[in-house]
Amino acid sequence: MMIEESFVNGNSLIHRLNPVLKIGFAIIYSFVVAVSSKFPSLFAALFIALFLVILARLNPRKAAVRLAAVNGIIILFWFFLPFTFQGEALFHIGPFAVTRPGVIFAAGITLKANAILIAFIALVATMRVTTLGHALNSMLIPEKLVQFFLLTYRYLFVIQTEYQKLTRAVKVRGFRPGTNLHTYRTYAYLAGMLFVRASVRGERVYQAMLCRGFKGKFYSLHEYSISKADITCAVFMTAAIAILVVLEWTKII
Amino acid sequence: MIINLTDISFSYPEGAPLLNNLSMQFYKGDRVGLIGPNGGGKTTLFHIIMGLLKPYSGKVEIFGKPVREEKDFRSVRQRIGLLFQDSDDQLFSPTVLEDVAFGPLNLGKPVDEAKVIARKTLDSLGLSGFEDRITYKLSGGEKRMVSLATVLAMEPEILLLDEPSAGLDENTRASLIKVLTGLDLSYILISHEMEFLDSTTTSVYILKDGKVFMNGDRQIHRHYHIHPHSALPHRHESGLGKKYTDFLA
Repeated sequence: MMIEESFVNGNSLIHRLNPVLKIGFAIIYSFVVAVSSKFPSLFAALFIALFLVILARLNPRKAAVRLAAVNGIIILFWFFLPFTFQGEALFHIGPFAVTRPGVIFAAGITLKANAILIAFIALVATMRVTTLGHALNSMLIPEKLVQFFLLTYRYLFVIQTEYQKLTRAVKVRGFRPGTNLHTYRTYAYLAGMLFVRASVRGERVYQAMLCRGFKGKFYSLHEYSISKADITCAVFMTAAIAILVVLEWTKII
Repeated sequence: MIINLTDISFSYPEGAPLLNNLSMQFYKGDRVGLIGPNGGGKTTLFHIIMGLLKPYSGKVEIFGKPVREEKDFRSVRQRIGLLFQDSDDQLFSPTVLEDVAFGPLNLGKPVDEAKVIARKTLDSLGLSGFEDRITYKLSGGEKRMVSLATVLAMEPEILLLDEPSAGLDENTRASLIKVLTGLDLSYILISHEMEFLDSTTTSVYILKDGKVFMNGDRQIHRHYHIHPHSALPHRHESGLGKKYTDFLA
């Protein structure tokens, strides 16, 4: 399955929070962390994110697997960033100098990326994609974008199934990919057929919607109430953001 | 008479004429099976009735009024429900409840009322507890029944069912038959399954060579043989003339 939603089943405080609050905090938090550059604030941010994961009682192994995917890319930065900055050399590898600003820069990126990702796992990955859509709808995101997002999510699976059908169809007739024109042509046919099927499907779905009286407007069935826990958490979240801002932009430390 | 088609002709671009001066009448209370060869235009006929396709010529009258434009068909679609062949076309909302409530909401019902209607419809089809299920994770049979719920939630007067029994297992087929026969609705139903038609319809229309043949009396029925069965197909000599198999041949 393409989208596993493996963190949505849980009954922690985080799972029960109002989705709008969770998304709102995740967005503000990400912005603050993304523009921060001082290590005290970055470490504090990482700590906040880890605390959220603990609050959400997520399976640490599953969360680690997700982090590994991102850190695989970040490792690439470590291969060249320390060498490409000018400044005080920490040590030399052959003719190349590893500079202090380069290492600091790479470390900053690593911290930021992990902090933001961990926060998103704790806050956003703990709600269903559908809940996410509806919550975005009740924030200021245009309705059309939200519906586009939800329909994409809904039909991704159908298109994936179509793709599997097509690949199975070529496999059972003895197709083995190689480096030749036949392979390229077959893949081109597969891709083309997938587009054709997706577009025909889109048309049929629209017809089905017309048959049920669709006039271009979507209605949402969801309304989210605000609980006491929401208010308490909102206070703590505001405080957390304030701490990050203070650490980054004032000269306390 | 609630559906009256006169001299309908239709063909897809670069295709041979699919419907050729077709005329068909459908009356309140009718439960009609529609049979015909694959690619014979059965689905196309449904789409013309719903206004999804425009015939090249001919007249469509529904509930005694001629319908031509998109806006004429809008009111038609509230009173005629179309069940699509592929349930994945019909179910586009993330959750079952949202999908079933989609129609009532479009009809201008307030959210609470739409939810009540959706729940009631699901209950009546034996689908209580399905409200929060994710539509794409349903099984084929469940998808079909939920699709039917989405159509019934609009409280239509007529149903057009495009191969509702295709690909269903015995149990789901049995519950579909129970639901259909228990409804106080008129419907036209496309199917290739004679037993299914036998238990759900009272007469059969045949779509062949771009025309609808209405035979009035039921043609498909269970019957018993006083002689041993043979593996070879056989023909009956007596009866009301040609059988549907002859038409299809």
